[in-house]
Amino acid sequence: MEDIEDIEQKGFESRELTISMGPQHPATHGVLRLVLDLKGENVVKCTPYVGYLHRGVEKLGENRTYLAALPLSDRLDYISSMNNNVGYVNAVEKLFGIEAPERARFIRTMVAEMGRISSHIIWLGTHVLDIGATTPFLFAMREREAILDLFELLCGARLTVSYPRVGGVRNDISQEFLDRLYEFILDFPSKMDDYETLVTENRIWKERTVGIGVISGEEAVNWGLTGGTLRGSGVDYDVRKYAPYDAYDRVEFDVPVGKNGDCYDRYLVRVGEMRQANRIIKQCIENLPAGRVMADAPKLTLPPKDLILKDMEHLIHQFILITKGPSIPEGEVYMGTEVPKGELGFYFISDGTGKPYRMRVRAPSFIHASVLPRLCKGGLVADVIANIGTIDIVLGECDR
Amino acid sequence: MEALKIAEKIKERFPEEFLDVREFRGQVSVTVRREKIVAISQFLHDDPDLFFDYPVDVCGADYLGKKETRFEVVYHLYSIRHRHMIRLKAEVPEEDPAIDSVTGIWIGVNWHEREAFDMYGIVFKGHPDLRRILLPEDWEGYPLRKDYPLKGPEKEWPGFLDVLDRSKRYKEFEWHE
Repeated sequence: MEDIEDIEQKGFESRELTISMGPQHPATHGVLRLVLDLKGENVVKCTPYVGYLHRGVEKLGENRTYLAALPLSDRLDYISSMNNNVGYVNAVEKLFGIEAPERARFIRTMVAEMGRISSHIIWLGTHVLDIGATTPFLFAMREREAILDLFELLCGARLTVSYPRVGGVRNDISQEFLDRLYEFILDFPSKMDDYETLVTENRIWKERTVGIGVISGEEAVNWGLTGGTLRGSGVDYDVRKYAPYDAYDRVEFDVPVGKNGDCYDRYLVRVGEMRQANRIIKQCIENLPAGRVMADAPKLTLPPKDLILKDMEHLIHQFILITKGPSIPEGEVYMGTEVPKGELGFYFISDGTGKPYRMRVRAPSFIHASVLPRLCKGGLVADVIANIGTIDIVLGECDR
Repeated sequence: MEALKIAEKIKERFPEEFLDVREFRGQVSVTVRREKIVAISQFLHDDPDLFFDYPVDVCGADYLGKKETRFEVVYHLYSIRHRHMIRLKAEVPEEDPAIDSVTGIWIGVNWHEREAFDMYGIVFKGHPDLRRILLPEDWEGYPLRKDYPLKGPEKEWPGFLDVLDRSKRYKEFEWHE
């Protein structure tokens, strides 16, 4: 700002410049449009425009049965569809009043943490790429590829998995999957060391992120921020600890917390989370209990295929479930789960029929995008890029 | 604090505003009148025993033909200090779909309220920037209302007609001469 005042004193005229950044800008991580009012290189005002990817997921959900709406959740945050599925099935299970068997809960915890690693690794790669470091991005793709291969081995799909199902998981896991996953997680900490060597103490990285986009803990809570974006500001709110679901109360892990609430602390938090996710997966594999992977609730969850073909009773249940949907009591349920981006909440209003009367998705990316004007104000244009990266948004989830 | 006790506390403090309390699957929803929603929110936010500092979610709901008052605005609130949650619901009638905005208490509900306006047409009085958020500015109707048609003859959105028109004109233009 000082430079501009100097120039103005010399008799030159300066005026505000409004530019539109996006929606097809490579650094906006999708179709996010920011209108920036600039004075020199400083951002006076930043106005985000979202909605380019709006597909009406909430309306679609109201017109499908609870079991049939599951694939919609894949398409929210397409980077980590496994976590969205886990969030969705947990909310529906809570509404139905059923619980998944122990083995299914451990498997879900395990695959959700794999999803967390794959999402965070994409975030790390693209965030540092935006700021100018190309190398970590290429390595990050290697790790993500390994996890996607494991997903393919698990259920045949790589991106939109729909593997967790209401009442458990779609199929049991194989020994080959466990062996390969174990191999991956034994190797993963050393890969993390590689990334940290490249980035954490890098002088350029620190100059671009330390003290950028600062938000205090109290303010972050008031904004409704969650996930790594909140924990970078020193608040240890994590749904996995505050309201444990699946097997998170059965495994040990720490919640990394930052101090200053700037881009650098949020980076440290997410890197720490990847190491913790690795720890959780290891415990899940080691303590995996035996047993069935689908709940025994024939009127609420789909029966196994082989029984449908052999047994009349199961065939009837399956027919009713597919055509009419399950019959459940009237009521409403909110359930939040910790996805890589923050707290993903599903809110269902049931009117007693097989379809949700109202399905609401509380998307963390939506709230994180709304805080952008606050983070960008007064900073440089180059810091806008750093701020978009640090809040970790996916526009598919933001626009729903 | 247990959610039912929180509901009692709201009832004690605002007996005239309080309408209903319901528990389902361990979650408590409190229904209130819309007139004093800001005062109730302020009380929930400031009271040291309640201290709802984290606005989880705000959304609309449409009970067309199911309830006397058609709309509801649903607030999910959480206290990180005390680890408790409450669902607050305010009834909004069809004739005058408006309610006071709580952005002054929780700044994070800003976009949620805009979305409820966008999808249900509920006006949040005192909101700093009440515009459509997910849909284009000139969109007609409110898609999440229950009487919004799902199927039927579709009318092209005027913005798209404009784009088609422009592309036709560009085709006629000869670029290389």
